[in-house]
Amino acid sequence: MVKEVSVNASAEHAFKVFTDGIDRWWPRQHHIGQSPLKTEVLETRLGGRWYGISEDGSECNIGKVLVWDPPTRLVLSWQLTAEWQFDPNFLTEIEVTFTAEGPRKTKVVLEHRKLDAYGPAAPAIREMIGADTGWGLIVNNFAAVANGE
Amino acid sequence: MTNHAKAFNALGDPTRRLVFERLARKPMPVGKLAKGLAVTRPAVSQHLKVLLDAGLVTLREEGTHRIYRINPHGVEVMRAYLDRFWDRNLAAFKAAAETEPFE
Repeated sequence: MVKEVSVNASAEHAFKVFTDGIDRWWPRQHHIGQSPLKTEVLETRLGGRWYGISEDGSECNIGKVLVWDPPTRLVLSWQLTAEWQFDPNFLTEIEVTFTAEGPRKTKVVLEHRKLDAYGPAAPAIREMIGADTGWGLIVNNFAAVANGE
Repeated sequence: MTNHAKAFNALGDPTRRLVFERLARKPMPVGKLAKGLAVTRPAVSQHLKVLLDAGLVTLREEGTHRIYRINPHGVEVMRAYLDRFWDRNLAAFKAAAETEPFE
């Protein structure tokens, strides 16, 4: 899926607001935590985490920074399943490009891809693996170690 | 109308989107769904009918309960949802980027 928006600002500024300033525009109602969203955070570096902080202080992961190339290109992982749960083994990607069309005009193109991950096999496999028990636990632990967490 | 267009249109209504988001987090019957929403139960039923018609939601009888959940076999479901989602978010981003200077 590809979306495009024209922003009346420089590419540098648009990139900065999209990343460092994500808390300024990220929708409040779209939060996966139990209590309301207090702050949306995108760590502004390669490998940086993307997460929300709830008012109760808990953190809800969304994904990570896969490509950090300011002010022109950004790739994030979006690892929320259709049940709105963060799953380290689930991966879709968001690529955002910022193309200067003038000193104060930037074309921003966002592509959310690898959406086939939401296909029919996905829930069945997750159910089979299980979330917190047996193989699910082992796989999740392995993923945590493999990711250096 | 294509399935995608139908699903996309169905998610244009904010209350319907809220109903969909609640069901995405947890399958539930209409009574439970209506609790905490600022609309009547018949209105919720009507929204569910639209979501069912658009293939976004499925219905399963479990004993005496009719449980609604989001269509688990739907790449199209998530595509339609995220389509709406990014439209709204990019509009909010544009507004933020064009208003005050950002330090």
